[in-house]
Amino acid sequence: MIDALIIGAGPAGLSAAIACAKQGLSVRVVDEFYRAGGRLLGQLHQEPDGTWWNGIDEATRLDREARAVGVEIECGVSVYNVVPSPTGWIVSTTTGEIETPQLLIATGASETAVPVPGWTLPGTMSIGAAQVMTNVQRVRVGERGVVIGVNILSVAIARELQLAGIKIDRMILPPVSTVTGNAGVPEEVMRSLLRVAHLAPSPIIRWGSQLMKSTWMQRLGVSLYPPQGFSMWNIPIQLRTAALEIVGTSQVEGVRIARITPDGQPVAGTEQIIPADFVCIAGGLSPLAELAAIAGCPFAYVPSLGGHVPIHNDQMQTSLPGLFVAGNITGVESAKVAMAQGTVAGLSMSYSRGALSDRELLENAIQQVSSVRQRATIQFHPDIVEGRALVGNLALAGSVNQS
Amino acid sequence: MSQRIVDHPVLGSLAARNQLRFTFNGTPYSAYEGETIAAALLASGVRTLRVHEEKGTPRGIYCNIGHCYECRVNVDGVPTVRACMTLVQDGMQVTAGTVLPTPLKKGGHSQ
Ligand SMILES: Cc1cc2nc3c(=O)[nH]c(=O)nc-3n(C[C@H](O)[C@H](O)[C@H](O)COP(=O)(O)OP(=O)(O)OC[C@H]3O[C@@H](n4cnc5c(N)ncnc54)[C@H](O)[C@@H]3O)c2cc1C
Ligand code: FES
Repeated sequence: MIDALIIGAGPAGLSAAIACAKQGLSVRVVDEFYRAGGRLLGQLHQEPDGTWWNGIDEATRLDREARAVGVEIECGVSVYNVVPSPTGWIVSTTTGEIETPQLLIATGASETAVPVPGWTLPGTMSIGAAQVMTNVQRVRVGERGVVIGVNILSVAIARELQLAGIKIDRMILPPVSTVTGNAGVPEEVMRSLLRVAHLAPSPIIRWGSQLMKSTWMQRLGVSLYPPQGFSMWNIPIQLRTAALEIVGTSQVEGVRIARITPDGQPVAGTEQIIPADFVCIAGGLSPLAELAAIAGCPFAYVPSLGGHVPIHNDQMQTSLPGLFVAGNITGVESAKVAMAQGTVAGLSMSYSRGALSDRELLENAIQQVSSVRQRATIQFHPDIVEGRALVGNLALAGSVNQS
Repeated sequence: MSQRIVDHPVLGSLAARNQLRFTFNGTPYSAYEGETIAAALLASGVRTLRVHEEKGTPRGIYCNIGHCYECRVNVDGVPTVRACMTLVQDGMQVTAGTVLPTPLKKGGHSQ
């Protein structure tokens, strides 16, 4: 009989597994991907000091450490249902049911799909798909492509594709629509880039953020924005250009684009078709929280955390007995934050099993989450701290079982 | 013409791996051990993994991490297998999803 089951072998799940196995719990991790590591596997960023954050190495390290402390990790297993039982949880997987007194859901995030006309043509994929194909599966997604959607993740991944010898012709915006919302409006995109500009890997953006503090300056920035855009690592980023349609017969052959006004409306007579053999669509990330929902967990809608998140306290407990959450499912942040949260969840599960002798470890781990958050190089939203506080208060108000 | 990234400036070079053989719609392809069906096919220039069950329009991968089910194929007779999540095994027979009959469309008349 296991003490804890963890769904998801990403940085959060693996860190949690290590933390509770170290306290003597018997722990099992299941993950539907063919290898442990989650989205960490694809990550390749240059840190401000110039060193590379190599996600594959980090994932391998976590996987080894977990196995070394006795964690059982099963890959290629998908979980599709979670129901409470008198003694804990019954989890349905593609290889059978698993019973566990304590369950951690650490399923991460998924990408928001943006239905640009023509997006079902083979050769169109999400930006994260290209990241995994390039960095994990080591296959080029094409020769020359267009990235639709400008945000911190798509800019980082465009650079990763370029490192692998793939040409990014340009980065442009999606067509403005009710689905794309602000992601199709140059002014809004500019504003969101500026809010995270202090983290940007380019001095150009950093410089720009100094210049454009006030709203009217931002408006000016967008209206005077050079038609060719600015370049980062020689990749043109064109905030005044939108994709109208992805064209091709049996696969991607090009993108029909047009110049747009600062509020995202196409300018008549500026349409053209640019050739491309692949297209990446970047719509941002949102917590992949369906399993917590079917478990019956109360949710809150918190845009700064990426959408609907299961309500949980700072010990990563939900209001349902024996159900814990950690990582991107609780709000979209970087892998280092996910790891810190995983450690909290692992210690918290140990505590409620009566296996944690030193409660201070848990208190320190909770502190650690905030300090990792403060030092994060990639931040997906400027108001994460406020979003976290809101969820914490909701947990208190709903009196999540405090142990 | 393989699209594999053998040498990478940051991630380093790939070690030699065992070569496997599999078929897609009856055509032989090769893969390396540890490659997904989607990656092995893309490396050989194959992007269409199925056609839309009703409209017949071509589809490939979209998310590459198991979320969208766009890449579903038949593997050794098992339908709805995600090509982006499934490693190639030697001798595997993969086929693309095809157009299926929709007898109940348009008020119950098949065309
Ligand atoms: C496509 C994509 C790309 C990203 N790229 C970056 C990046 O470059 N830099 C960055 O800082 N952050 C990136 N992120 C954010 C990233 O999610 C976090 O950095 C971090 O990996 C989150 O860790 P996690 O453990 O919460 O989840 P994840 O790393 O996402 O791990 C979750 C795991 O759960 C598994 N899983 C999900 N559902 C099930 C199920 N039903 N059954 C079984 N297993 C399941 C998944 O296979 C996965 O391995 C990316 C996110 C996505 C979705
Ligand atoms: S490409 Fe989305 S599930 Fe395989």
